[in-house]
Amino acid sequence: MTSPDPMAEIRASFFIECDELLEALQDGLTQIDEGAADDETVNVCFRAVHSIKGGAGAFGLDDLVRFAHRYETVLDEVRGGRLALDHDAVLLFMRAADILFDIVRNCRDDVETDATAVEPTLRELESLTGGSEGEEEEEVADFQPMTLSLDLGLGAVDTGDTRYEIRFRPERELFASGNEPLFILRALGELGHTETECTLGAIPDLSKLEAEGALLSWKIILETNRARNEIEEVFEFVEGLCTLEIEELSGFSLPPLPDLPEISEVPGDSAESIESEDANSAPPISRLNLTLPGAQETQTPKTAPVSETPAPAHASAKSQTQRSSGSPSAPPATVRVDLERIERLVNLVGELVINQAMLSQSVAQAGIPANSPVAQDLEEFMQLTRDIQDSVMMIRAQPVKSLFQRMARIVRESSASLGKRVRLVTDGETTEVDKTVIERLADPLTHMIRNAVDHGLESAESRIEAGKSEEGCITLSAAHRSGRVVIEVSDDGGGIDREKVRAIAEEKGLVQAGQSLSESDTDALLFLPGFSTAKTVSNLSGRGVGMDVVRKSIQDLGGQVHITSTPGKGTSFSISLPLTLAVLDGMVVEAAGETLVVPLGSIVETLTARHENMRALGADSQVLQVRQSFVPLLDLGVELGFREPRSDYHGSVVLLITLEDGTRSALIVDRIHEQRQVVIKGLQESYGYVPGIAAATILGDGQVALILDPVDLLSSANGKTRYRSADLQIAG
Amino acid sequence: MSLSILAVDDSRTIRDMLKLALTQAGFEPQLAEDGVHGLEVLDGLQPDAIITDINMPRLDGFGFIEAVRGQDAHRATPILVLTTESAPELKARARAAGATGWIVKPFDPAKLVRALHMVAGPGATA
Amino acid sequence: MNEQTALQNEATDRELLSFRVGEQEYSVDIMSVREIRGWTRPTPIPHSADYVRGVINLRGTVLPIVDLARRLDLSVEEACERNVIIVSKIRHQTVGLLVDAVSDILAIPDSEMQPPPEMTEEKDRGFVKALTIVDGRMLRVLDLETVLPEQSVEAV
Repeated sequence: MTSPDPMAEIRASFFIECDELLEALQDGLTQIDEGAADDETVNVCFRAVHSIKGGAGAFGLDDLVRFAHRYETVLDEVRGGRLALDHDAVLLFMRAADILFDIVRNCRDDVETDATAVEPTLRELESLTGGSEGEEEEEVADFQPMTLSLDLGLGAVDTGDTRYEIRFRPERELFASGNEPLFILRALGELGHTETECTLGAIPDLSKLEAEGALLSWKIILETNRARNEIEEVFEFVEGLCTLEIEELSGFSLPPLPDLPEISEVPGDSAESIESEDANSAPPISRLNLTLPGAQETQTPKTAPVSETPAPAHASAKSQTQRSSGSPSAPPATVRVDLERIERLVNLVGELVINQAMLSQSVAQAGIPANSPVAQDLEEFMQLTRDIQDSVMMIRAQPVKSLFQRMARIVRESSASLGKRVRLVTDGETTEVDKTVIERLADPLTHMIRNAVDHGLESAESRIEAGKSEEGCITLSAAHRSGRVVIEVSDDGGGIDREKVRAIAEEKGLVQAGQSLSESDTDALLFLPGFSTAKTVSNLSGRGVGMDVVRKSIQDLGGQVHITSTPGKGTSFSISLPLTLAVLDGMVVEAAGETLVVPLGSIVETLTARHENMRALGADSQVLQVRQSFVPLLDLGVELGFREPRSDYHGSVVLLITLEDGTRSALIVDRIHEQRQVVIKGLQESYGYVPGIAAATILGDGQVALILDPVDLLSSANGKTRYRSADLQIAG
Repeated sequence: MSLSILAVDDSRTIRDMLKLALTQAGFEPQLAEDGVHGLEVLDGLQPDAIITDINMPRLDGFGFIEAVRGQDAHRATPILVLTTESAPELKARARAAGATGWIVKPFDPAKLVRALHMVAGPGATA
Repeated sequence: MNEQTALQNEATDRELLSFRVGEQEYSVDIMSVREIRGWTRPTPIPHSADYVRGVINLRGTVLPIVDLARRLDLSVEEACERNVIIVSKIRHQTVGLLVDAVSDILAIPDSEMQPPPEMTEEKDRGFVKALTIVDGRMLRVLDLETVLPEQSVEAV
């Protein structure tokens, strides 16, 4: 019917809308579960499913229509107050919502949904109401996209035109409903040749003689080759608001139609009857394509096998008038924008930031004094640039809510499969993070949640034994903390069994027997590649991916994971992430003549190396004494392979780096230039992985500077080369 | 000749599709997201016909129709209800609320256009 | 020499950008060339192969620079201001090729292209996809894909 483009666009936008609706459904169900729901909550859930169904129907997504319809039918029972929901019922609804989510995904990706897989849940759902299967199917059939049925008409159609005599007498309610006989007659004229005769006054054999106001009636002789149901459809909207007789004149004569069933609730108040013009003055000129499908089952035509609309099985009290008590304020206006356009804008703003830095540098080099108008204008320009940058970054920011909802599902599914009762408490759902960060956080977070359900929480028996409630609790929270986002996954389980962790680590050769480890060092062993505490690998968490992969994914996002655990009380993983992947606060330093950027977040303090706080350790390495502890000393230029170790580091600038896992290092640089925000430029795409390097940026002078990945640098590039030769020693 | 149509539906997808179908048929669509919004948009507008969904937040289709019919200017404006069921009861309810006719979702654009012409005539000047 | 093939394929010319690396003349398909830039000091990349000179800023994107002389194992002087960077797009990757100087744009019929002879040293042959004669000089057509820096694992 249209060029494929706009429909494809609407289709794509439909799936986005589905996500929003599913989120609303999820929210509503959670509120119901928490007892925080009001009438409107159920309505919201119902509408969400209803809208999904509506859109799905438009695109012929039958799997989705079918499921949504049956889901909606049960929800309607809740809405109508005929079905009360207990906790288990809500869980069932949530499970069904998860399936709905999957079906939406399948439809989006053109994957067929296995009907047998979803059927049990549907049946379980329907068993809440005792609803019967066949009935539902029938109604679904009723909902299917309309197929036009021109060829299902009278047998006489093929032989030529049929003559009908149509008697049409509007009642006053017809006018009140906004219908206009004129237009109806005009539509009738489109079906064939008409002769219209207008009559004043009532037709005698009508039962509703008392009808006042509507004094006109028409007799139309229609010669048409169209099916009878098409004629009937012209009068579809006025059925019950008029008396109508359609009589086939050719061949045998038809008895008059029985009176139409009365519609019970015609508007009570009487609008004045609208005066109608003479029908003859309405020339049938419109060029409408009359292809009305379906027919009115109430009109009981006597001969024709008119295609009948299947009778809907039951009348659900589908639609009470509900004027919500909700807030009158309109939802904030939003615009949907292609992500690519935003990416482009982000890139351009990045360019602007770089350009502005270059300009500043040129101005400084030109020797223009700081109090000159140029310098002052430039200062304002810088401020504007920064504001623009912040605003653009905000465009990509999204609340973590959708992510948390996905995690709620993970909790439901994993707890169900392990037979544990688990409650998920979320906090800070509105915290906004860059969309890209959110997307890339889904996998590691899923793994952590599964891990918490599987390993973090004890079995029901152990919990009861420990005096805890049988139901385990997992808390998922998000918050902004000093320019970063902190996401925490905590459980109220038994805490990390450090002895066991240690034993496993020793067994796997990850630590040496007898090596002394602090509690946090022990906990950090969980992040080592190839570590798994589960005695039997469950199909949930233990498969393939370990916490090392989780840590790596988070590090790739510029984040860090930290673990804390209290025996008997639970374990908590804390992920700290940059707000965006586009900019970074860094310290610009120089090492071996190269300019590099060290992420500010990893720098604890800057120190100066002195003979008295450096100590030799082994042949090639030194440690730096920082207060009461010794920290390995690394020469950045050496670690990056830019130069050989120097003979003496006395007086060198040292950055004290601390990673989330507590690892500390003293990084020697040649000079600290400045502290500034830099625009991150991927290096992976253009070049590939570089050990110790996270990304690149472009500095004010137009040069590319590499951004350090402290975690990678400290772990992988631990070349341990310190200074030239082991014999040259530090002087006391 | 072109008819101006106010279409009210809370589903973005349906709104998009209505807009597409109406625009392609040469109508001038105005869109609203729910009953309350619909009344706001209607203010100062004299559409040739109104299309409305039933299930909507804030103010549903029945409430919307009632409010529209309550305004002198729109007492006789044709209103088509978008419904997913073709159950006679629903139609009866729609009519009781003051609707002129109904369109069953998912709608066939040709049928929508035809129904609009049936209730609003071929064009504003007719 | 190749009269038969020449007759068959006269119509299909190939446009090549020729340039000098050391004492040798090479060329690349002009379709893969995006632009030609003057020398900019690249930022060295740690632990990279020696022929990767580093990365430069190409209007906001980070462009790796391959020193063709080192890549082809030709001994030349160090890069200096007189060097030129040919920015080429090879499949989805953009890379800068550091050469001594750009010479010419040539249209060579496909028929005049010869495969490199078998006896050429394995290593060199890998980079050269065809040979041709221009004004009596041998012109080597580079197989750009082979000069790309190896991704992920930095061997060599």
